[in-house]
Amino acid sequence: MAQPAPEPVVDGWFTVDPPRLTGTRCTACGTVYFPPQTLTCRNPACDGGDLVITPLSSRGRIWSYTDARYRPPPPYVSGEDFEPYAVAAVELPAERIIVLGQVARGVSIEDLAVGMEAELVVEELDPGHLVWKWRPL
Amino acid sequence: MNHGNGRDVAVLGVGMHPWGKWGRSFVEYGLAAARDALDDAGLAWTDVQYVAGADTIRNGYPGFVAGATFAQALGWSGARVSSCYAACASGAQAMSVARAQILAGLVDVALIVGADAAPKGFFAPVGGDRPDDPDWLRFRLLGATNPVYFALYARRRMALYGATRDDFAAVKVKNARHGRHNPYARYRAEVTAADVAASPVVADPLRLLDICATSDGGAAVVLSSVEYARRRGHDAPVRIGAIATVTPTFPNTALELPDFATDSSLAVDPPERPFRSANAAAAYEEAGLGPEDLSLAEVYDLSTALELDWYEDIGLCKPGEAEELLRDGATALGGRIPVNPSGGLASFGEAIPAQAIAQVCELTWQLRGRAGARQVEGARAGIAVNQGLFGHGSAIIART
Repeated sequence: MAQPAPEPVVDGWFTVDPPRLTGTRCTACGTVYFPPQTLTCRNPACDGGDLVITPLSSRGRIWSYTDARYRPPPPYVSGEDFEPYAVAAVELPAERIIVLGQVARGVSIEDLAVGMEAELVVEELDPGHLVWKWRPL
Repeated sequence: MNHGNGRDVAVLGVGMHPWGKWGRSFVEYGLAAARDALDDAGLAWTDVQYVAGADTIRNGYPGFVAGATFAQALGWSGARVSSCYAACASGAQAMSVARAQILAGLVDVALIVGADAAPKGFFAPVGGDRPDDPDWLRFRLLGATNPVYFALYARRRMALYGATRDDFAAVKVKNARHGRHNPYARYRAEVTAADVAASPVVADPLRLLDICATSDGGAAVVLSSVEYARRRGHDAPVRIGAIATVTPTFPNTALELPDFATDSSLAVDPPERPFRSANAAAAYEEAGLGPEDLSLAEVYDLSTALELDWYEDIGLCKPGEAEELLRDGATALGGRIPVNPSGGLASFGEAIPAQAIAQVCELTWQLRGRAGARQVEGARAGIAVNQGLFGHGSAIIART
């Protein structure tokens, strides 16, 4: 039986094709939010404009990185064959924001450096679920 | 020491239940700590007019009503009561609430209690399917445990300031050396740099011995007005000169637990003071003293590397100079400004709602000159700082 196509693990935070993070932008002050903020602009000096959906830059620079050597507790989903994964915090210069993500499968911390350029990809997180990840360039 | 602002409150008594993995109810730890603090203050429970509890969320329903839980355990007495949750800063907020009651003249004397029974292993979010909870989401989407965040900060320090794994290990070695003299610490053995290097990597560059454990423990403090202290025969009590529990300032450009991203600084430049230093600055201003007046500091060393960040955040040195301060021995007992003479989280492990109160217990013992083999000579003033999830943090200044 065919497996159903994997779905984003969370609604409205990223697009699969093209792989882009989905943020919101305040039409009054220009502040960008990720995850997408829909309630109100959080800039205390802003009277609060509309928050409109905006795709974030797909490239940035690695601000820092690490890895997870041990299986995290639920709700993280992992099978018996837990694979360590790298995590990167990537600074998007255009939005002046740092966004966390797992690093693409097969990339280890040996392949990473602070300041290195990285791009957004979408990969399987666990069977049936997609998530955004960072891949060094 | 000058008592500058005229808004000091007295620390009449402190008490702790030893940290460990005892497997019993948090109420028992809090009760033991409360009784010790009351004995230390020379007060009966029925003298207490106000009880402030620091909540634990790890013990089911009673944990959410910690003030009342401890008041019931001590025996309902009709005291005013409050409870608060502020993650790692819960104990500091409980002390802040009690202090405000005292300074407002509503009560003379208050008991503050925090205790926890921690699970084994990584802290995990509250259970169930909770897609609106950022703490749940960071585990579901990223598998980002607390050590992942600590490791990101540690790696950033290495890249920015040339910190090394040896520096991180040296923090652990120092704090273990302090903690072996503390009867309330969970870990009381010397640790060598080789021990740290031999422990498994949890989140590179941090190893198991770089990261604080999760512990059971309880701590309590009795605060009163200076006038009440005098009436009770405490002529020169240790005083609390400041309790700051400010929020971050927008845009918060530090990556905080449990967030997926920083605030964007596209519209507004980053604040002059990042979050941790903002709390310290607010406390210094409130107490009318500065880092140069400190005899010691208790800082929240969730990881060894984070202790180095704190040196800079509380103004012991300029950004990028923490490693030098550590390597010079300035922050070890006998140095210019000992940090974590209690042994810190490295020797205790974290019992969340008790930890900020435990820091004040240590300041009090040090300022009384009763800290035994870990005594900081001539201690006159100390700061205790803390940071937790969701934009909570604190800075407390105590002085003789």
